[in-house]
Amino acid sequence: MTALAFGVMLAVALLGYVWNRQAARAIHDGGQRLHSLASYHALYAALLVLVPVFVLIVGWLVLQRPVILSMLVASLPEGTYQGLPTGEQQLVVAEIQSIAGGTVFGTPEPWKVEAADYLGHLRDWSAALMTASVAAVAVLLMLLSRGRVSAAFRARQGVERIVMGLMLFCSIVAILTTIGIVASLLVESIRFFRMVPLTEFLFGTRWEPQMPLREDQIAAAGAFGIIPVALGTVLIMILALSVAIPVGLLTAIYLNEFASARFRAWAKPVLEILSGVPTIVYGFFAILVVAPAIRNFGEGIGLTISPNTALAAGGVMGIMIIPFISSFADDALAAVPRSLRDGSLALGATRGETVLKVLFPAAIPGIAGGILLAVSRAIGETMIVVMAAGLIATLTINPLDSVTTITVQIMTLLIGDTEFDSPKTLAAFALGMVLFLVTLVINIFALRLVRKYREIYD
Amino acid sequence: MAETLEISGLPGRPSTMETIRGSLAARRRRETGLKAAGLVALGFAFTMLGLVFLSLIGTGYHAFTQTHVTLDVYVDPEMISEERLPRGDFDDAVEAGLAERVGGVESKAERRALAKLLSDGAQFALRDMVVADPGLIGQRVTLTVPTSDSFDQLNKGLIDRATPEENRRVTDQQIAWFDALDEAGAISAPFNRWLFTNNDSRFPEQAGLRGALTGTFWVLLICFAISFPLGIGAAIYLEEFAPKGRMSDLIEVNINNLAAVPSVVFGLLGLAMFIGWFGMPRSAPIVGGLTLSLMTLPTIIIATRAALKAVPPSIREAALGGGASNQQAVFGHILPLAMPGIMTGTIIGMAQAIGETAPLLLVGMNAFVTSAAASPFESATTLPTQIYIWADSPERGFVSRTSAAILVLLGFLVVMNLLAIILRRRFERQW
Repeated sequence: MTALAFGVMLAVALLGYVWNRQAARAIHDGGQRLHSLASYHALYAALLVLVPVFVLIVGWLVLQRPVILSMLVASLPEGTYQGLPTGEQQLVVAEIQSIAGGTVFGTPEPWKVEAADYLGHLRDWSAALMTASVAAVAVLLMLLSRGRVSAAFRARQGVERIVMGLMLFCSIVAILTTIGIVASLLVESIRFFRMVPLTEFLFGTRWEPQMPLREDQIAAAGAFGIIPVALGTVLIMILALSVAIPVGLLTAIYLNEFASARFRAWAKPVLEILSGVPTIVYGFFAILVVAPAIRNFGEGIGLTISPNTALAAGGVMGIMIIPFISSFADDALAAVPRSLRDGSLALGATRGETVLKVLFPAAIPGIAGGILLAVSRAIGETMIVVMAAGLIATLTINPLDSVTTITVQIMTLLIGDTEFDSPKTLAAFALGMVLFLVTLVINIFALRLVRKYREIYD
Repeated sequence: MAETLEISGLPGRPSTMETIRGSLAARRRRETGLKAAGLVALGFAFTMLGLVFLSLIGTGYHAFTQTHVTLDVYVDPEMISEERLPRGDFDDAVEAGLAERVGGVESKAERRALAKLLSDGAQFALRDMVVADPGLIGQRVTLTVPTSDSFDQLNKGLIDRATPEENRRVTDQQIAWFDALDEAGAISAPFNRWLFTNNDSRFPEQAGLRGALTGTFWVLLICFAISFPLGIGAAIYLEEFAPKGRMSDLIEVNINNLAAVPSVVFGLLGLAMFIGWFGMPRSAPIVGGLTLSLMTLPTIIIATRAALKAVPPSIREAALGGGASNQQAVFGHILPLAMPGIMTGTIIGMAQAIGETAPLLLVGMNAFVTSAAASPFESATTLPTQIYIWADSPERGFVSRTSAAILVLLGFLVVMNLLAIILRRRFERQW
């Protein structure tokens, strides 16, 4: 039915396009001078139909579900739905939906079958009503645009206004996305903090998100203290940066100062490949090659190293970040004015001395900005740690141990879970909120640093 | 020259030249040291890159062939009758064929051990044949069927025959049977086209990428269909029409920050908003595509703005001078000239999207799906999430499958990036 509605929309728009064009041409052939070209009259008709009707269809599709569900719930007989806890209410609705979809498990109670019939009925009605209203609105708009065709009608301006509105909408989508992120994280986080106090979340030192399955179960109470998780994240980030910063800076210095132009021309793109490889590939590389290698090495010198040591995840993440740091350092070094470099060389400093003592200090704000962006990257990086780091939150700074990170916890808490009403799944959104805020602050700060520094020398 | 310029210092103190000369050796050493350190760092980065690719190719190339065994099977009318099709004891028939081929297998236990050579999918090969042509019942057919994962590994030399029998997944007796079959020429290892035509499976030898490839196709299609027009529209507005002021500054900062938001946060957005609030189906490419399109949007906007900026103002001035309206100048003259740059940026954005895993896992695209999605509303996996599923599977055969799937993914990335480079080389204009 949805396809039919879209089809009607397109057909009417096309019809309006052709009709308006013919009408405009007829005026033109009649010897009158048109204000706008016939093609603008045609386009006006098409856009006037397409835009509102498209909004109508999408709005209908988004809104019909809650409306239908509330009508369904209202129709259920007394005492079958109202008294139930939220989880069971959802189960009842899901069962009715699956019966309506044709999958019946066992023999459901007759009122459920009845409700399923009613649900199917409602859906059919909604679809029919949507198609009918789409057709009506589309035809109405087409007639409206046809009525406007005249020699004096400013169709081009009309079209341009619509196009401008569309483009404005496009650029607002970026803001809507941010609002959507904040809203979705905030709503679920607030629900989480109703169950777990904020102070416990921020200052607790135990992270044990396993929840009791029954009310009377005592064994697992669940603890949501972010500190061990945050510590693990910081540990892996530091490990990654201690690989990426030296290697990235040295490659940038070498490519900028010592390499021949030809070598640089192929070495830079090859280095960039490192950042184009999907992170899941690095994750698999970490468990396939790096972690076993580290463990074997540890056995060789008599150390016991955990199978998912932070070292493997951090090291591989460092490899991924190398080109990131090296290209920021490269840009920062290249942005230092030539006069500084020439002055230093003229005083008799070697190239190396020039880089280390003159260019590098001048480039430090830019490089620091790049490193900060790399920090936010490392904190938000997910797949490498999901595959190579641990699941248990331990309060340790030993890189040979297994630690967990914020992103790992978000993934493990949410994969395979659909219910949004236990602290366990909601905790993932609270973690997401923390991750979003921390990376946002770092990013804003870093971008400002990079830009400000550029302005000084421009 | 240095000799003639010698300036003698104060008595008892070394001259400047002497100081310089004295430190020169150390300074040169430091210079060489820095250079060497730079080279070592570069070498480290290149070695790691090489190691990533070599380890993937080294484990992945095995999965591009699949060990098969060729059998003569008697389609026994007692086991398989036309009335019961498509049901029937196809497994018994295939096992009987294998036992006959090997010979000397009497006891039930032995026969069971022998049957372990065959993939679970072998019987279905026979079933499909007989269903397609029921006239085969009562005749002998020659059948080439996949072996099970263990014997696939044995044939590829991934199982060490020297390990003691109890630590091995295949017994000495089974190895002997397999070797006998091999000597008789019944074992073959053709190119594994099933890797691309089969759907996912719990058995490594039957698992293929078809579902993941169609899922990736749907996700990318939706991602492109949404982010491309939205991205271009936003970029044109911001670059050409937006009044400079607080609003456009806000949008600008917003876009730059969105580009740096961790991908897992977009996954949370998709989960809470599209699935939780709008009630879209879990695991469906429509949700994955929508989520990824929001992620790709900033990339496309930034690339499009750069491409628009690169078109010289003289083009616009000429168009305006010729009587075009502002929009006519943009859509008729500036946009076409910026198109190659926009396409390059879009391809790079799509290449990022194709390897994105975390947000897709959060919207449930790691479901075990054994059929290819016919529409973006059905459950599906994508290449990266399939890689994640296989990497998590304990069976050894999935190690090489995972690497092979990664190689396929990297293959797509290489093609997309080459396309972007070619586009840039071919159509980029120097003004």
